Amino acid sequence: MQPIALHLIDYTILIAYVGFVLGIGWALSRYMKSSSDFLTSARSIPTWVTGLAFISANLGALELVGMAASGAKYGIATAHFYWVGAIPAMIFLAVFMMPFYYGSKARSVPEYLKMRFDERVRALNSLAFAVMTIFASGISINALAKLLTNLLPWQLNLSLGFLHLGSYDCYLWICSGVVLLYVLKGGLTSAIYTEVLQFFMIVLGFAPVVYLGMKDVGGWHAMNQTLQGVAMNPSSDYLQAPGIHYSPDAWSSAWRPLLQGSAHNPMGVDLFAMVFGLGFVLSFGYWCTNFLVVQRAMAAKNMTAARNTPLVAALPKMLFPFLVIVPGMIAAALMAMPEKNYRIPPPIVSAARYDAAVADVRKADPAQIPDACKAISADLGLNVDQARIGLLIQANAQARLADDDIRKGLYDGIAVNDYDSVILSLVRKYCPPGLLGLALTALLASFMSGMAGNVTAFNTVFTYDLYQAYMAKNKSDHHYFWVSKIATVGGILLSIAAAYFASMFYNAMDIIQLVFGFVNAPLFATFLLGMFWRRTTGTGAFYGLFGGIGASALFHAMTTVRDNLGPNHEALNKMKGGYLGVHAVFPSEMAQNFWLATFAFLVCLTLTLVISLATERTKSDEELKGLVYSLTPREVDPNQPVWQRPAVMGLALLAGCVILNWIFW
Amino acid sequence: MGLDIRWPIGLMFTLIGVLLVGYGAVQGASATVQVAGSSLNVDLCWGLVLLVFGAAMLLGASLGGKQPPSA
Repeated sequence: MQPIALHLIDYTILIAYVGFVLGIGWALSRYMKSSSDFLTSARSIPTWVTGLAFISANLGALELVGMAASGAKYGIATAHFYWVGAIPAMIFLAVFMMPFYYGSKARSVPEYLKMRFDERVRALNSLAFAVMTIFASGISINALAKLLTNLLPWQLNLSLGFLHLGSYDCYLWICSGVVLLYVLKGGLTSAIYTEVLQFFMIVLGFAPVVYLGMKDVGGWHAMNQTLQGVAMNPSSDYLQAPGIHYSPDAWSSAWRPLLQGSAHNPMGVDLFAMVFGLGFVLSFGYWCTNFLVVQRAMAAKNMTAARNTPLVAALPKMLFPFLVIVPGMIAAALMAMPEKNYRIPPPIVSAARYDAAVADVRKADPAQIPDACKAISADLGLNVDQARIGLLIQANAQARLADDDIRKGLYDGIAVNDYDSVILSLVRKYCPPGLLGLALTALLASFMSGMAGNVTAFNTVFTYDLYQAYMAKNKSDHHYFWVSKIATVGGILLSIAAAYFASMFYNAMDIIQLVFGFVNAPLFATFLLGMFWRRTTGTGAFYGLFGGIGASALFHAMTTVRDNLGPNHEALNKMKGGYLGVHAVFPSEMAQNFWLATFAFLVCLTLTLVISLATERTKSDEELKGLVYSLTPREVDPNQPVWQRPAVMGLALLAGCVILNWIFW
Repeated sequence: MGLDIRWPIGLMFTLIGVLLVGYGAVQGASATVQVAGSSLNVDLCWGLVLLVFGAAMLLGASLGGKQPPSA
């Protein structure tokens, strides 16, 4: 990828944003006096702020880059992550679960688990959660450092004795340093406030890119028409292997290709996997039990505000597909319009590899195209499109092409898309200086806040659920305040380690989904039984959860995806599963993840049920008051108008969601 | 918390709005994109939008106390 030429105005916008973020941290630092100010914002933040932070906390690398990537790969069906997944789950959280989280006075989700069950469940959950936040944070900051390395023109090289830091390392450490500064200064409030700033930055930074792209492809209708051609022959866009064809509406219709079965849509999932696996298990597991997002609602100033937080968040969230998924669809459509001269960028290939391929194009015999393509493919280390490379070789044989023209031809002929760079390629294509700075700042903002959100959740769980619970009980608040600050520094350092780890894998989205599948999918079964069935015991919950996580790992070890299958039915890339032999093959990683989640959920549910029935209850009805649905009196705020009650607002939002599903049917 | 978040949001977007409008007005040609046959000075147009948004946030903050009617 060529560096983008940034102008003074772009740098100014970028620096202004970083300045404001640090300024917010500084302005808030004088309010940080106790561990509760630092870790829980002393439950004092207004609803619209917690609501926007609620969605922003998860608006990191996963959402912006991953959703655009999936929009190109799978089309409008990606919106199911919102209209089937997030929105119903957020409404469920507000109406049914928030009263227990907020009402129990727990400071974190693991702490609720301790109140409801026992220490073992808390320990298991807080450890798993801590690992997960570190990975999510690392993936975000890794994406940011990679982005800056490819984008900025400077080649940084720092030598500290035996330690040599390249551009990637420098950007990684600098960005982590900025996040550390403002989180350390202003704690959770600082993270929440910058998340709100980031929310507006992303919406206002990407809206013009989507608008210009949409105008360029000729509007919604024209885009869908082009995508019909793509769906019938997805290999022309390198979206699928040659020979795979779908019905014309596979990219432009959300439900119809799904109803025809897993072989008829690019995601490779069927209705059950989508509705149960993604909609119920993964999404409810994420939005209802993940402390990262729940923490934002728990920082609200009172119960009503806490319950309204996910509802306030649901409204913009419902419209987010237009901002984050549609760009991917625009990219897929643009690629099918030759006159637009656009392709989804291929993976980055070094200049030396290109030079070797150029030499091979020059000496290729136009009568021996397949052999020449094999050699060129080996030079580049990637599959190439035989037809396009063939034309290039013939053109060069007829009239000697310049090196740059051959490079351009090779670039277009690489039959692999790097989907994670969709969003950036559109920003490059449409943004003049100024707007470019704004859009890049939006990307930077999302990555930094993806790190800050996870680190603030990590330091709370570490301080309250690991340190205070198991290492040092009954110390002064001042002591925990300092521990939380040290945990923040530790969280950042571990994130950096995770970033180096993540830099070895190319599809961050699928990896995150995998981790969520392992940890979150069984967890929702524990909460469901714990909150709605008083007979659930601590022993049942603990072994159920343990079994669920184990079941995920086992499922992943025994299955893999179609394009990862070697000639002898073995898994080629062990990251994609199958390390204990391949017993089932899924059409895509997405399908594998949905089924894995479904399996883990059912294992956890069954184990918890059976073990609970076989063990004695340790908590009386009196102790479970405020923690279990049937034992908690309904709280209705008499001053609240009927239309503002969470259940009523939730129903209205759900209706909106149904309408959206119907429009894009 | 003592800080009304609308102040920094308002200030930042007003600042960026001014920068974009200024750049768009001075640099005319290089701030313009050609899409679908028509040309558009996007920096100028979008700068104005940001300016209006920033000003609205500042206005909300200076009127004080009341939250935007989002909940």
